[in-house]
Amino acid sequence: MSTTSISALVDAEQGSSLWRDAWLRLSRNRPALAGFAVLTLFVLVAILTPWVAPYDYAQQNLELGATPPSADHWLGTDIFGRDLLTQIMYGGRISLAVGFIATAVALLIGVSWGAIAGYMGGRIDAVMMRLVDILYALPFMIFIVLLMVVFGRNMLLLFLAIGAVEWLTMARIMRAQVQSLRQQEFVEAAVSLGLSPLAIIWRHVIPNALGPIIVYTTLTVPSVMLLEAFLSFLGLGVQPPETSWGLLISFGTETMEEYPWLLFFPGLVLAITLFALNFLGDGLRDALDVRGAKD
Amino acid sequence: MWRFIGSRLLQAIPVLLVVITVTFFLVRVAPGGPFSSEKAVIPEVKAALEAQYRLDRPVLEQYIAYLGDLIRGDLGPSFKYPGRSVNELIGAGFPVTAELALYALLVALLIGVGAGVVASLRPNTAQDYIPMSAAMIGICIPSLLLGPLLILVFGIYLDWLPVSGWGDMPGDKILPAITLGAVYAAYIARLSRAGMLEVMTQDYIRTARAKGIPEWRVVVVHGLRGGLTPVVAFLGPAFAGLLSGSFVVETIFQVPGLGRFYVQAAFNRDYTMILGATVFLSSLIVVFNLLSDVLNAWMNPRLRSRAGQNT
Amino acid sequence: MLNVNGLTISFTSREGTTRAVDNVNFSVTAGSTTAIIGESGSGKSVSCYGLLGLIPQPPGRIESGSALFLDTDLLRLDKHALRQIRGRDIAMVFQDPMTCLNPYMRVGAQLMEPLHYHRGASQSEAKRQALDLMAEVGIRDPEITINYYPYQFSGGMRQRVMIAMALINEPSLLIADEPTTALDVTVQAQILKLLSDIQLRRNIGILMISHDLAVVADIADQIIVMQEGKVVECGDRAAIFERPQHPYTRKLLASIPQGQKIPSSISPNPLVSVRNLCSWFKQDNETVKAVNDVSFDIYRGEVLGLVGESGSGKSTLGRSLLNLVPATSGQILFDGHEVISLAASELKSLRRRMQIIFQDPFASLNPRMTVYDTLAEPLLLHKLETRSSAAERVLEIMDEVGLARSYVRKYPHEFSGGQRQRIAIGRALASRPDFIVADEAVSALDVTIQAQILDLMKTLAQEYGLTMLFISHDLAVIRQLADRVVVLQNGEIVEQAETTALFEHPQQDYTRRLLEAIPGKSLL
Repeated sequence: MSTTSISALVDAEQGSSLWRDAWLRLSRNRPALAGFAVLTLFVLVAILTPWVAPYDYAQQNLELGATPPSADHWLGTDIFGRDLLTQIMYGGRISLAVGFIATAVALLIGVSWGAIAGYMGGRIDAVMMRLVDILYALPFMIFIVLLMVVFGRNMLLLFLAIGAVEWLTMARIMRAQVQSLRQQEFVEAAVSLGLSPLAIIWRHVIPNALGPIIVYTTLTVPSVMLLEAFLSFLGLGVQPPETSWGLLISFGTETMEEYPWLLFFPGLVLAITLFALNFLGDGLRDALDVRGAKD
Repeated sequence: MWRFIGSRLLQAIPVLLVVITVTFFLVRVAPGGPFSSEKAVIPEVKAALEAQYRLDRPVLEQYIAYLGDLIRGDLGPSFKYPGRSVNELIGAGFPVTAELALYALLVALLIGVGAGVVASLRPNTAQDYIPMSAAMIGICIPSLLLGPLLILVFGIYLDWLPVSGWGDMPGDKILPAITLGAVYAAYIARLSRAGMLEVMTQDYIRTARAKGIPEWRVVVVHGLRGGLTPVVAFLGPAFAGLLSGSFVVETIFQVPGLGRFYVQAAFNRDYTMILGATVFLSSLIVVFNLLSDVLNAWMNPRLRSRAGQNT
Repeated sequence: MLNVNGLTISFTSREGTTRAVDNVNFSVTAGSTTAIIGESGSGKSVSCYGLLGLIPQPPGRIESGSALFLDTDLLRLDKHALRQIRGRDIAMVFQDPMTCLNPYMRVGAQLMEPLHYHRGASQSEAKRQALDLMAEVGIRDPEITINYYPYQFSGGMRQRVMIAMALINEPSLLIADEPTTALDVTVQAQILKLLSDIQLRRNIGILMISHDLAVVADIADQIIVMQEGKVVECGDRAAIFERPQHPYTRKLLASIPQGQKIPSSISPNPLVSVRNLCSWFKQDNETVKAVNDVSFDIYRGEVLGLVGESGSGKSTLGRSLLNLVPATSGQILFDGHEVISLAASELKSLRRRMQIIFQDPFASLNPRMTVYDTLAEPLLLHKLETRSSAAERVLEIMDEVGLARSYVRKYPHEFSGGQRQRIAIGRALASRPDFIVADEAVSALDVTIQAQILDLMKTLAQEYGLTMLFISHDLAVIRQLADRVVVLQNGEIVEQAETTALFEHPQQDYTRRLLEAIPGKSLL
């Protein structure tokens, strides 16, 4: 390679990629950044809980009973004298884990399914999407309730069941993206150059389809967490001795008149997490809006 | 148009079949017989019960027989409450749930569309931030939080509204309806704002303004039709969500609706009830999705004549 | 009737304030047509929208100026008064009737709306007037079509609806923003004739915005030339076309495609042979015969022009030659090889030799790939260069297509339309193909840029001995570029001949109609 070319490449001004533009836009969005910070904090705490929690998880103090927030117990205690902050931290591990893992499952299945169906088109697409349509029409809450009843309340099953619900919308979005991209002329150009379908999907389609996928993934996490909360609230999700935010809220509701803090704090934490995720998701959606890039 | 409806109906049948089959076999496969929570029963009585519920015949025969029952509209007797049929129980609970869902939907549409349209008229100003922040709050405070909060505030501290029952005391329908509808109001507000913003930048809105007609007419007559299409598309999933959401809301507010019966049936392993309620609710959702699709197609004149196509 | 003086409009965004319109003057008199000519960004549309208060005022601001319309200054009126004038005394016709008519409302309702609001007409009276007007603008069967939705009309008919809608309150001034740009050339001719008939009959003034000098040459009495918000020249038709003063005006005039190609040496061997090609598609339970039994040859070294209006199938034909679109039946031979039934691996090596340049320079480039990535891709794919040697070649290509080397790491959205098209041309040439299909490659570009890109293509074709299929709806461009011409209508070949022969002695009626519809005859 001649030295002139190398130096020409090195000297050439770095272009501003669409990702960089998006990042710049996102960094100007304060609620989104705040959401990201809060989320990171919560996730860190959840991972480090066994070392960070002030009390032992199962430690009861029956003489103490339920007490409002105090210096010893920042968020108060429940009717068994267990520290509420500790309960919330452990509950957070489950709730956040369900949120992220189930979303990851949905992402993996949904994106692959949608990409293949969208790109292949024709018979393959028709069959794959018919399956999605059928499953989509099923009332999922009902089905999950059924699954929980039938197979017992198994944590792993819970993850998989919830993930299995969410992958459908992910597949639909990915397919719609891929289909519209396939008709874009730069994909046709890539075909005319002689690239193989796999190379085209990998290098041309997926990078351009990522935008809505990222946004939707960020917005799926809260919806999954809510689903878990609902199930636990109804008694069909996480079972004691494990705990989750949904379960804590359910117990708190039972005694909300006498001990309102038992409802208030878990509820507050759940709401803050949902806010953080939604702000971040909205921020990502605004930042990745490709329309802004076209003049 | 009729071809469209017809083809959609045809598509719905395999869906229902899958629902029925999967539910039926799932329920059968469940560990623990229906009587495992009862005290020990005399063998003859047990046999008689099993005969009545056809449990002594091979599974495939039960399935076919069940399908036959379904076509006749008979959802079978309840496992848990001998002497009462599933049809009866659904008949008792469903009207309540339907009313609750209807009120919630009304709340959601009125508040949601109103807020969303108002916000879209002056984007990025207070007129926009205030309703949209309220909408964000609505999305992030799920009904399982909102319900108890409303009960605490309006029922217990302020003592303005009753907190349980349905139709027993005046005003006891208000809190459940609001709790169920709040989330949907929030989603609909965001959808209508986004839809309106998109439509109002369209060229034909500029044409309408160039004709000199008043701005309110430009928004309402020309803008709404296109701007609300995302809301109409949302109605299908919203309905399904309302039905599922009723489980939680009915539990919190002690409303004797189908949702609460369903949850109890799940706990009690009342198989025919679970099966019957699942089939019933799924059929409802399928029908409602069909109606929503039809409404969607009707609103777009171009699709109307081309209907009969798979979009 | 309309006198605009010193109009200045600015827009404020996060990056600062720009003057879209700077101290602009123009006027329109009854019974005459004033045309504002400019390329994109010239401020021509903004000036007119600003008159009627159709510019969103937060980002936009009318800084100064006056617009006297029959003794009233439009710029000093309040919103309510301005609204009264819009649609009643001054009416507008827009460019793209598909997006400019409400797709959810019946045409009749849209037509009658201005009547209701400005003159308080009753339902029956409004309907009668609407029907009369539809007949006047040449819409067939008004009683039936008045209940149609916009999508049920063709492009030309929709534009007639727009015009009727504008005329219904008998305005004295009609503002037409690129009214024929989105229409086929024969339809364009009809609409332009309609406008001048209406002007004659009703003695209205027309203010027309356009980028097309040829169109304007036929119908304008006064011409205003705008560039970057300023008026650079104004005068009557003779003054502008015969004695242009300003360099920009001269540049615009020079960009109008004229003249004929000097026939180059063509080998008698066809590089591409098409026999009985059919491309049929299923749409809405009907079979659309996009390409129907088409046969022709393209000889080595020649530029073959493929001309047709929308729906003629020219794009489909071009794409089928490269196997981008499946052919239903027929035969395509490229250098003796069968293209249609080729297996994927053989197709790949053939693809290196035939390339395509698309119409939309933005959509044809992957927005997430730099210039380097886009140009290097074909080189690496066909193993023409290694990763280390590719850089040199990429920079060479950039030189060839006239792009500064310093742009090599930039992304498509950082370039203008003309520059993007240069990148696309570079990509097509990278693998040193024998054959290039240019599908409306210059149609989306401003007229001065178009001239530059056409020159570039001509030079490159000459230098590399390329064989080209040049697809366009613009006959003037084809005349400039092509050795031979094929005319396509509804998927079938109507006529094919050498360029000179076709233009001077057209054999078929359709060809004759096409040639007659070319605007700008008064220039020749």
